[in-house]
Amino acid sequence: MERFLQVVVDGIADGSVYAALALALVLIFRSTGVVNFAQGEMAMFSTFVAWALADAGVPLLLAVLGALAFAFAAGMVVERVLIRPVEGGNPLSLVIVTLGLFIVVNSAAGWIWGFNIKEFPALFPGGVAEIGNVSLSIESLGIIAVLLVVVGLLWLLFTKTPIGLSMRAAAQSPSSARLVGIPVGRMFMLGWGLASLLGALAGVLVAHRLFLDTNLMAGVLVYSFAGAALGGFDSPIGAVVGSWIIGVTEALAGTYIDVIGSDLKVLVPLGIIFVVLLVRPSGLFGSPEVTRA
Amino acid sequence: MTALLEIEGLTASYGQIRALHGVDLTVGEGQVVALLGPNGAGKTTTLRSICGMVRASGRIAFRGRDLIGLATEKVTRLGIAHAPEGRGTFSGLTVTENLKLGAYGRRDPEVRRDIDRWLETFPRLADRRDQPAGSLSGGEQQMLAVARALLSRPALLLLDEPSLGLAPIVVREVFDVLARIRAEEGTGMLLVEQNAALALELADAAYVLASGRTVLSGPASEIRAEDSVRRSYLGQ
Amino acid sequence: MSLVRITAGSRAHLALRAGVALIVAIVVIAIPFNSNPSVNGNLTLVMSYAVASMGLGLLVGYAGQISLGQGAFFAIGAYAAAAMLAKTGLPYLLALPVAAAVTFAIGLAFGIPAVRLRGLYLALVTLALAVAVGPVIKRAEPITGGVSGLSAPQPPVPGWLAVDPDQWLYLLSLVVTALMLLLAANLTRGSLGRALVAIRDGERAARTSGVHVSRTKALLFAVAGAYAGVGGGLFTYAQGFVAPESFTLLLSFTFLGAVVVGGLGTVIGSVLGALFVVFVPQYAGDVSQALTGVIYGCTLIAVVYLLPGGAAGLLRRLRRLLVDVVEPAPAVPEPESSPPPPEAQRGVHDAVPTSDPAPAGGDPAARGLRP
Repeated sequence: MERFLQVVVDGIADGSVYAALALALVLIFRSTGVVNFAQGEMAMFSTFVAWALADAGVPLLLAVLGALAFAFAAGMVVERVLIRPVEGGNPLSLVIVTLGLFIVVNSAAGWIWGFNIKEFPALFPGGVAEIGNVSLSIESLGIIAVLLVVVGLLWLLFTKTPIGLSMRAAAQSPSSARLVGIPVGRMFMLGWGLASLLGALAGVLVAHRLFLDTNLMAGVLVYSFAGAALGGFDSPIGAVVGSWIIGVTEALAGTYIDVIGSDLKVLVPLGIIFVVLLVRPSGLFGSPEVTRA
Repeated sequence: MTALLEIEGLTASYGQIRALHGVDLTVGEGQVVALLGPNGAGKTTTLRSICGMVRASGRIAFRGRDLIGLATEKVTRLGIAHAPEGRGTFSGLTVTENLKLGAYGRRDPEVRRDIDRWLETFPRLADRRDQPAGSLSGGEQQMLAVARALLSRPALLLLDEPSLGLAPIVVREVFDVLARIRAEEGTGMLLVEQNAALALELADAAYVLASGRTVLSGPASEIRAEDSVRRSYLGQ
Repeated sequence: MSLVRITAGSRAHLALRAGVALIVAIVVIAIPFNSNPSVNGNLTLVMSYAVASMGLGLLVGYAGQISLGQGAFFAIGAYAAAAMLAKTGLPYLLALPVAAAVTFAIGLAFGIPAVRLRGLYLALVTLALAVAVGPVIKRAEPITGGVSGLSAPQPPVPGWLAVDPDQWLYLLSLVVTALMLLLAANLTRGSLGRALVAIRDGERAARTSGVHVSRTKALLFAVAGAYAGVGGGLFTYAQGFVAPESFTLLLSFTFLGAVVVGGLGTVIGSVLGALFVVFVPQYAGDVSQALTGVIYGCTLIAVVYLLPGGAAGLLRRLRRLLVDVVEPAPAVPEPESSPPPPEAQRGVHDAVPTSDPAPAGGDPAARGLRP
């Protein structure tokens, strides 16, 4: 039983990392209708920035904050320069642009920092916390806590602040938003900046465990897609809940089902994507309009 | 003295299709002007051109300032509010949030008071203040659109078919509010309406459009009296 | 504006097309005998990619469906061919039909439920397939050789042909590619092609005109899979070895890139696109080893911005500078000299580009006018 709880908590922690990236995907999709296949690579790049800062002697917390700020700025620039020109057009063009971006960012990271695996400093103290007679990894608990705080902040931003309201308005109906004077383009830039920041957060949370190299986020991206799809691609709550479910299912399957070793664990989210999309494309929380073929 | 809104020789196109072939009209400060004509005459396109939602050329001057080529969000921030065809409400946001958005760009502290005032004026909106706007009836959404437009305290209000799809009693309510606004605020209005009689009751002057051109203009009373007008252009 | 103007269907037109086809054929056949094994090997790889891209091009360009899983089908085809070549004594030519059959079946099984999904979701499902293939291959060691991969005997040079092995592989791939190209051109011109165009232009309208939308889309998905399978088989012929590293997610992106760069909706575009995705990374690598990906990715993005019609579109524009192909005037002229409505002639030609470098498209303004 203790083992089960440990596995579940670790699964929720993994799921929290996926959730951060899934939130990024959903945020961009909801506001601009674009699926950013390069989200993971952008996150990886920002994680490298954090590593580089820390390596240069900057205190870890500042390094992370610096990377998040970098990610925010980079996201805004990408939207303005790369995505805006092709936004209304052929969806395939958008896919290719984000795929091109994937390749560019991935290679740029390798070019700047090399392809060797690097160790990323731990954000949380190691060891376990004893809760009752269950020992839970402090890192897992820390990751979950960070995600909850971030989700809370996002909720506050979008429901209680004027700028959050403007962003929601711009996402729902750009033309009506313009009519009340909202600079829609600038709202999209903010959305991308915020999403990029969330992705970077996912990266720094997971880099210690997975070790930092250019392949860091490729796997996470698939899980995040699965989480977002399960939750419903236009629902932020769905992204979080879906990602948690993915994380827990993956952890349980890897531990308790022998056929699925650690290498086939990836089939779990993939299987979930298949089943969800074929049975109920709008996911757990999404709205049906999004998926009408 | 420059008029509130002056339009001269306005042409506009949707892609390759020319929709307006030369529209002229003027709205004076505090004046209500009705824009009438059959379906497809270009009335909505005219409003859209003012707001930069359609590619247009010619002259559109708001208090002397040229609007052609200006982005929509910049136009509206100059003091023009548009309650468009389709109401332009944010269906996923609550009534209160929609109203708050109407006041976007206003920095003065009276926003809260204005919101309360409009909720008072439209009690049905007050009943539903925390419900998503998409769950409102057609009439309620129209009221919301008008209230939202007025929250920016515009100098010029553009209204596209406010009576469309509404029950007569609701239409009466809306137009009573418009009359009150004209009396109390001195807001200028450009009113596109299929219901010509109703529009002409409220308006000071009227223009009739057909096939993308101004074909008739004059004080509302004159237009109302013109039999030929009513039969040819207003389908009565 | 053009130098020459000829009428579609006239003898001059046919002569032009035959002439161009002949020149292309001669050049393409002569290449392997005038270059080195490395170039031949690359071009053979280009052809296997081109076949896979052709199938994806049909799916994306005609049905408007974005699949990120073409690399998975390519892998399945390659492994099917390799397994057959390595473990059975069947004639090597059978490897291609086997690969095609396996991938067609899987594509159909996948496609029937999947094509109900809208763009993003289809892309996600195919992405999942592409990611799943790697681990499954590694696990299924008895069939696939697992992580270490599988060696397969390459097609031997026939006794009656006095060429080198690399030239032989090139020519064999060339024949297969040409056949697949002709097949694609035929598919797009026939009833399937018209059904696809109808679907792309509007599914509801297509349904009312009798097109069985889901069945057509699923069938197309299977066909695209089969094309990828054949491409994979050619890959196995050429490399003699398959391993999981050759079939990463990036491969699926590569095929998609080839389709877009080559020119959406054209069959020749897939060949041009394949040339791009094989050679540009190599040239980029020559410029700067570490910056290969950056240059390649930037070029991809640049093509999307600057050349929306892709390489094929560019070729068409160049061709129009030289030769203008116009529709013939109607046989019985109207009493009032007004040109006939363009719709009747526009339909098939505009929407169904062929692999021929001189398609009978022409300028809408020139329609119905005497040359």
